[in-house]
This record gives sequence, C-alpha cells and structure tokens, in this order.
Amino acid sequence: MSETPAIELRGVNKSFGPVHANRNIDLLVGKGSIHGIIGENGAGKSTLMSILYGFYQADSGSIHVDGREVRIADSRQAIDLGIGMVHQHFMLVDPFTVLENVILGAEDGATLSGGTRKARQELRRLEQEYGLKVDPDAVVGDLPVGLQQRVEILKALYRGAEILILDEPTGVLTPAEADHLFKILEVLRDQGKTVLLITHKLREIMAITDTVSVMRRGEMVATLKTAETSMEELAEQMVGRSVLLHVEKTPADPMGTILEVEDLNVTDARGVRVVKDISFKVKAGEIVGIAGVSGNGQSELLEALAGIRKADSGRLSIRSETLDLATMDIDPALMREKGMGHVPEDRHRMGLINSFAEYENAVLGYHRSEKYAKGLLLDIAAIKQEAREAIEKYDIRPPSTDLRTANFSGGNQQKIVLAREIERDPDVLLVGQPTRGVDIGAIEFIHKRLIELRDEGKAILLVSVELDEIRSLADRILVMFDGAIVGEREAGADETELGLLMAGVQDQGAASGAVAGEKA
Amino acid sequence: MSAGQLPRWVDYGLIPLINLIAAFLVSGLVVLLIGENPIDAVRVLIWGALGFGEGVGFTLFYATNFIFTGLAVAVAFHAGLFNIGGEGQAYVGGLGVALACLALDRIVPWWVTLPVAVAGAAVMGAAWAFIPAWLQAKRGSHIVITTIMFNFISYSLMVYLLVNVLAKPGSMQPETRTFEEGGRLPFLNDIQSLVDFGTAPVNLALVLALIASALVWVIIWRTRLGYEIRSFGANATAAVYAGMSPARIIIITMLISGGLSGMMALNEIMGSQHRLLIEFVAGYGFVGIAVALMGRAHPVGIILAAILFGMLYQGGAELAFEMPAISRDMIIVIQGLVILFAGALENLFRPAIVRIFTPSRAPAVQAG
Repeated sequence: MSETPAIELRGVNKSFGPVHANRNIDLLVGKGSIHGIIGENGAGKSTLMSILYGFYQADSGSIHVDGREVRIADSRQAIDLGIGMVHQHFMLVDPFTVLENVILGAEDGATLSGGTRKARQELRRLEQEYGLKVDPDAVVGDLPVGLQQRVEILKALYRGAEILILDEPTGVLTPAEADHLFKILEVLRDQGKTVLLITHKLREIMAITDTVSVMRRGEMVATLKTAETSMEELAEQMVGRSVLLHVEKTPADPMGTILEVEDLNVTDARGVRVVKDISFKVKAGEIVGIAGVSGNGQSELLEALAGIRKADSGRLSIRSETLDLATMDIDPALMREKGMGHVPEDRHRMGLINSFAEYENAVLGYHRSEKYAKGLLLDIAAIKQEAREAIEKYDIRPPSTDLRTANFSGGNQQKIVLAREIERDPDVLLVGQPTRGVDIGAIEFIHKRLIELRDEGKAILLVSVELDEIRSLADRILVMFDGAIVGEREAGADETELGLLMAGVQDQGAASGAVAGEKA
Repeated sequence: MSAGQLPRWVDYGLIPLINLIAAFLVSGLVVLLIGENPIDAVRVLIWGALGFGEGVGFTLFYATNFIFTGLAVAVAFHAGLFNIGGEGQAYVGGLGVALACLALDRIVPWWVTLPVAVAGAAVMGAAWAFIPAWLQAKRGSHIVITTIMFNFISYSLMVYLLVNVLAKPGSMQPETRTFEEGGRLPFLNDIQSLVDFGTAPVNLALVLALIASALVWVIIWRTRLGYEIRSFGANATAAVYAGMSPARIIIITMLISGGLSGMMALNEIMGSQHRLLIEFVAGYGFVGIAVALMGRAHPVGIILAAILFGMLYQGGAELAFEMPAISRDMIIVIQGLVILFAGALENLFRPAIVRIFTPSRAPAVQAG
C-alpha cells in the first residue's frame, strides 16, 4: 500500500446553489485496500462519489487516479479509468437476463452475438477468479436482491474496473447476504482491486475496511486506520459530539393486550399475496418489533393496520373493539379515531407534505379535529400554538412553524411526524423505519422517546429493516419473510439466528448453508 | 434538496415581470419583421388599454371573464387537477344564467334575478364539470381528456338548444330573445360617476369576480376543505394517509372549479350581451389556463394576470385598428407569446435568478 495511491483527491469543492456539499476534500485511497467512507445522511459522501464517477464536476480541486491527474466528465470516462460503481438502487433492467445486463452499454457492435459470446467467457473467468457465481441466463428480476447486487459488481468488473465504489451496499441485504458480500470484497482486495465502501453503518466499517474516512457536513474530518479506532470514536467524529450508541432501557413491564391482529391477508395491486395469515398481539407497555429484509410484506402489513390498504381478510382489535378489516369501511381517519397513531415508513412519500409549512404538517390527519376549527375556518393561531409547543418539546430545528417542511433536515422532519403522532396520545403506535435517513443525534432522541412512550403504557409496533434497531428497542421480535411471520424471539435474540429467519431458513431446522442468496 | 427558495417578491413579482418583458421583446421583433415600429405599437397598445375611460372599461370587462376562468383553473390546480374544460363549463353556465333571466326578467328587478342567475351559472357549470370529475374519481379516466371532450359536447348541446329550443320564435338566429331590464346587470358606468367608462360593457360582474377571488382565497388557505385540496394536490399518498378521500376531494374541487367557470357567463350574458348566443365563450376558458399559470394559482396573481390579458385584448383591438399591418392574427401571436413565456417557459429564467439571489456562503446542509 505504500506505492502510488489508487485515488487521490486534493482540495475538492462542490456546491449546489447555497449548499456547500463538499468543502476542501482531501482523500488518499491506497491501492489494493478497502477504504470506508462514513458519514451521516447529507454529509456529502454521495456527492463526493458522484464527482469521482463523473456525474458531477467539482467546482475546484483535482482528482488523481494512479498518480495521474484526470478530468472525469462523465461516467464513460470514469469507466475508462477503471472506476466502477455499484449504486444503492440497482441500475438493472429487470426483464433482461444477467448476460444482457452485463453487456448493456458495452455491446460491441450492432449485433449482439459477438458481445454475448465474449461476455459469457468473461463471466466464467470472473466466476473462477473471484467466486462470483451467477447463472448468466437467469432473468434479473427473478433473482434475489443479493444476487442482483452481484450482477452489478460483475457489470463493473466486466468493464475492467480496478476501483470499485459501493454506495450503501447492505441496505437491502440480509445479514447473511451482507457477510457474503464482504467476503467477495475481501477476495477482490486480495486480487489487487481497490474498494471504496460508502456507508452510514459503523459496524460494517469496523468489520471490513482497512482505512476509514469520516465526513461531516461536507468536510472530511478524519482518516483513520480501522484497526486503531473504535465505533465510539467514529460516531463522535461523525456527529461532532459524543453520542450514546446503545439505547438504555429497562425490561418491559407489559400489561393487558391492546392490539390484536388475527388472520390478516393482503393482496397487492399486482395480485400477489404480500401478507399471509398474520396474527399477533401487542400488549400495553411493550414494543413488538417486526424484523425482515425490505420488501417482505412489512410495508403492506403496516398500511393495512393503519387503514390505508384494503385487506382480503383479517380482524383487528384495539382495546376491546373489534374491526373487520376486509368487510368494514376502514380508512385512516377511523383508525386514528380508535386510538391508532402511525409514523409511516416513508416520511417524504406519505408522512409529510414537503411543500407545506411546518405547522400545516403538524396537524396532517388530525386537521378535522374540532380543536382546530373556528366556525367554518381553520383556527390557524391554535394550530401554530400547538406546533410551537411540539417544536420545543421535540427540539425541532430550526424552531420555525412557517418554514417549508422540505427545508428541515431528515432528523427534524422525522421529529415533526413523531411529535404529531405521539402528542395525540394514541393507545397504539405503528412505527415504520423511524430512523431511516436520520442523523445519529436524532436517532438517539427518537429511540429514547419511543422507550418513554412504552413506559407510559402504550403499545408500539415497530417495523424496521435495521436489525440493530429492532434488537435494541423491541421487547419481542417477530420475523417476517415472504409475507408471513416465520418466527418469534425474545428481546436479546442472537443476530445470526434472526438473520437466518429473515433469509427464510425454517425455524425448526438446523441452520444449514441454504441461505436464500446462495441458490441459483 | 429543493430548489433554492427565493424571496416572495422575486418569486411572485420579478420573475413574472421578466417573463413578460421577454415576451414583449420577442413580440417587438415580430412587429419589426412586418415593418412596423415596435415602440409605437407598444404605445398604441397601452394607450388603447389604459389611455382613456372607455379603454379601461373594456380592459376590465375582459379581465372579469379571465378572473372567473382563471380562478376555476387555479382551484382545480391546487388539487393537482388540470381542468381544461373551462370553455364548456362556461358555455353551459350561460344556459343557467339565461334560463334565470328569461324566467324572471319581466317580473322582478335585476337584483332579484341576480342571485338566481348566479346560482344557475354555478350549478350548470358545476354540473358540466361533475361528469368528468366523477369519471376521474371513480373510474380513473383522465380529467384532461374528459374535460376536453366535454368542451366539444357542450358546443353541440348548446347549438342544439339554441336552434331548436331557445331560439326566438320566427328568427333564424341561434340566440334567445333579448332580456328586459330585470335580466340585466347594471353597467358600472351607470352606477358610479368617478370614472367615465363610456360605452364599455364593464358591469357589476366585475365586483362579483373580486368577491369570488376573495372567497377562493379563504377556501383554499383558510378552510379544512382547502387544506385537504392542497394536501391532495401536493402529495396524494400523504392525503390518503391522513384519512382524506381522494374521490370526495376530486369531485368537490371540480364542482367549485366548474361553478367558477360557469359564472363567467354572468359577465357576458347578463352583463353585456343580454341574450344567450352561440359561442359567446370565445376562448376565455382556455386563456383562463394561462391566467392561472401566470398568476401562480393565487387570487391576487390571477387578478393581475387577468388585467394584463384584458389589456392585451383591448389594446390589441385598438392596435389592429390603428396599425392595419398588425392584424387581429398578430395580436393573437403576441398573446400567444405572453402565454408561452409566462406559462410554458415559466422556468426559463428561474435558475439564473436563483443564482443571483442565493448568498454565496451558506451552511452545508443536505446534499443530493
């Protein structure tokens, strides 16, 4: 690693209008190493990588690849320089085969036959060299997520990538799939490739990288040898102050059942059964966590319970009142009336109206309450007064009721949603991905608030794809796979065990090697 | 990260002004090309629209039509609906006005007829918007398509009614008999003596249009219904999450929108023509789209944009008269350029202006 660095950035600056996304960035990435870049959402990681991959041009500063100063005007030039990128959201054509996806944009001539023959050979070579096994004739849309990601990596390698950038690669993977990915990355490194891993997960940095650079508010604040640092130190660098990484909570003291769901079945718009025969109970003073890899029916489950999505069958009892979700006229307004709060998974799509002022979002869903009516009109003074109280209580910054919601940071937006749902004093709170895209400081706050709510005797159903979050908050864990609940575990359950359940390995059977990502 | 936020006066004042100037510059080039002096043309246009009482009266008369149709488009726009059917809704609204006037004009004074005519205009306009609204809400038929189709249906319906049902007995004209005093709104010239509007037909409907503007503002920004309309328009998924019914919002919004379009007929039919006649809407419904876009779907903006288009109509007519080389069609070209720059190319100059108005040093927040 002492030779010329694979990548060197000197004094890179990039602004978007008023936003200084990258400020005087210096970065050295050693050849044949795994280099992590960590930082909160909005710290400027993705912008920096986009500059490296030619999506954006730096305002100033220079880029050196293999010791040579280069200008990267577009992704094609980046590819020519041997830089490959695996995006967070895959850039694959679902109905195409693996082979077709690999040669996409590198077809080599007007007819495909020559290109495919070459690609087939090359894929075989890559398989032998790096253990990247995928059936070249499988249709990409049918592959599990872990394998789709492998296709992305193959695409980059096929184009001769020596430097591989991975942007939040584990967001959609089960823990087992993530482990497998890390093994592949290690093989790539050992074969001399350079890997840049962008993530906001401290554990991944510790598990796999050789060196780590920390970004905060557009600046590169530290570059450290992974072996010589700790999660606590990195977290402190990321946030700029020391943070509590673990939630402090006492064991739950659950009382009577408040929420009971029986035989819930949901079919989505494509006619696929996405929630299958789900039944469970949540007691007062208890957080029940639903773990699972994204896309296994958790979203639909939450939406059905919140009254947003129609169920095929299923009953829901809240306190002692039973509602039939299939035959009754259920809507979200009714569920709120029955005492159900709902923090939706996606605050931008569902939980907030980004073009609205803060105070307008602070009553979304509760705007019909008599509290906010003044004759025929809305009592805007009353709404603002309440919004101000929530801003104070939840430390929402900047403390403005009139600012458009789009101008708040992710963490503060989430606090606006949380305040709105919690302060209406619901009996049951449905919470989806409470800390997605939220900075560490706000995560700490949100977790504490949820625990407090539990201790006040509320029933909380928590859906999260972050296994760490489920493990640290939930008192009971249900694992969802392919629309069904495949297992229930107590609070301190073993991560590997949960990971296997999330991958669909049957509950009773001994954990064999048959992880979903391994078939095909 | 959303596009940089601009001071309100820039967003609502400067940018429309720059768009307008650009439109006039291009229009000036066109005028130059046909061999007239653009400076003279502008002078004639402005003088024709604002230079004398009668000109102002005509300008305000046209503006009244544009306020109603502009408000109609704007209300639907807040719910994310593009109501292209203002033309047909206004046409059928005219039927409501005419029926009220024909029934009452010989029995009662105009101020008794007025509320009935307002109701008639609103109900008929709303009814014409209801079917597309219902189809959108319940069947998912796209409202742009259905409202356009309903414009055509309204043309045929009204011709049929005017020829076969409502025509004056013994006349070949496809129009009703002329209303008596009890079916006519007073001209502004007759009820005030501050400004002399001459023979301009500007009438009490202008006041109704201003009242409608105020009511629209209250409904959209101060009521629960308006909150729901805006929520649905800005983020339909969030509106459903909040327990709002999309079907209900679509239908109510379109009823209001159609009702406002229909009320345009008060100005033309009860205020000016004093009879229901064929094709009296004459494109005001369509221009309402441009008015709403240029006025940023805000009543104040719509009133200003309506006056601007009123000026173009009136000043344009004067220009065609004074400079024969500039024909009626040229005036339509100029109006078209204003619509193009103010509506379709609304964002042409925005990025540059954002750059000018954003401070160079700013905190590094959210990126990408």
